[in-house]
Amino acid sequence: MPPDAGLRVRFWGTRGSIPVSMTSAEIRRKLIATLVRAAGRALDTPEKAASFLEREVDFAVSHTFGGNSSCVQIVTGSTDYVLCDLGSGARVFGNDVLAARGSGDHTFHVFMSHVHWDHIMGFPFFLPIYTPTNHIRIYGCHAELEDAFRRQHAAPFFPVDFAGLSARIEFVRLEPGREYEVAGLSVKAKLQHHSGDSYGYRFQRAGRVVVYSTDAEHKQDDLAEVQGFVEFFRDADLVIFDSQYSLAEATSIKEDWGHSSNIVGLELCQRAHAKRLCLYHHEPLSDDHKIAALLAETRRLEEITRGDRRVEILAAYDGMEIAL
Amino acid sequence: MDLTPKRYADTVVLATAGRIDHSTSEGFKTALAPHLARCTAGQDRILIDLAGVEYISSVGLRVLMLASKQAKAQGGTIGVAALQPDVKEIFDITRFTMVLNVFPSVREGLAQLSPPALAAFDAT
Repeated sequence: MPPDAGLRVRFWGTRGSIPVSMTSAEIRRKLIATLVRAAGRALDTPEKAASFLEREVDFAVSHTFGGNSSCVQIVTGSTDYVLCDLGSGARVFGNDVLAARGSGDHTFHVFMSHVHWDHIMGFPFFLPIYTPTNHIRIYGCHAELEDAFRRQHAAPFFPVDFAGLSARIEFVRLEPGREYEVAGLSVKAKLQHHSGDSYGYRFQRAGRVVVYSTDAEHKQDDLAEVQGFVEFFRDADLVIFDSQYSLAEATSIKEDWGHSSNIVGLELCQRAHAKRLCLYHHEPLSDDHKIAALLAETRRLEEITRGDRRVEILAAYDGMEIAL
Repeated sequence: MDLTPKRYADTVVLATAGRIDHSTSEGFKTALAPHLARCTAGQDRILIDLAGVEYISSVGLRVLMLASKQAKAQGGTIGVAALQPDVKEIFDITRFTMVLNVFPSVREGLAQLSPPALAAFDAT
């Protein structure tokens, strides 16, 4: 993709708090449901089977939303890679880069929402850090950004100390609210309410806007704060939004736990005239059916509360790609 | 935002109308406050009649959540009733039906909250 083409967003890790994996019992249930649905059908070629799955089987049965923790790639068309967060999805991303373009001579720009464990745990398994000709620039607003990465590699947590990583690794401290140019993108960070603080990022290029806003609790009665996020999301083509909890949870038993809901995401996108809302940072307790139901409910809510503009609602899954 | 109170024995039914959103929720909260102060053990029960409400946003729901928490802490009881279909869907989707007392009608709400209030309601 040439650098002047539209942006794309690829999701490598979409699960909140901790990675999850499907059990064999869950896979078996999906297979049984699919086989029953396919009874009597002549699915005798891979193409026919694939078409059947896509058209006639619910996503929650035929696929999975996936289990890696936060990692999202902004595909710019440049040879440099741009990522948000280094959760366990970064391991899969790193392997994909190696397979597609070899192990060395790559530059990665990584924007960190914060340094809670689920957002950095993929780094030790991100193979490009072990190749000397790679250059990794890690951007963030936290004072303890570098220290968090170094401590994760220190004994007794990991066998390879940070000093032993052979790639060139730099940490770049950003100032919230200031606009930076990185890898052909204009990027701006915004402080978010989360334990130890988190930061959202607004990426922009050639009139296309992606907002990455995860691990953020929105206190809806703070009108100035709400308006600040409306402006941050303003006219975005895509808002990737922490929707880990239901609104009832986020305003009752899980208040001050630092996460938000599909409802608040939709309201902010509606007020900001954003085009797409992508539900992200899925609750680890939620299975595929529960996330699919959340998506359906959010679409329904959008329908019954729609003003003069529609917000397209999506639910992120590992491997999902969105063209802007 | 106006709340129209009507007393039935030990229960006050508060009727409101319109949209409860970011521009009206503060007024809703303010109008609710004096009634909430009397929603304690042995005093008033509150039933909010939402029949005239066409939309409630997250911030409006938060006002109800805080009211419910306060009432519970004071030993009082609060509920909402007569939701329009779209508002009922919003309550379902947000899971507020699981954390608030939600009744199909004012009469059914009174029946659950207070038999004397129901008798007074039926007598009118």
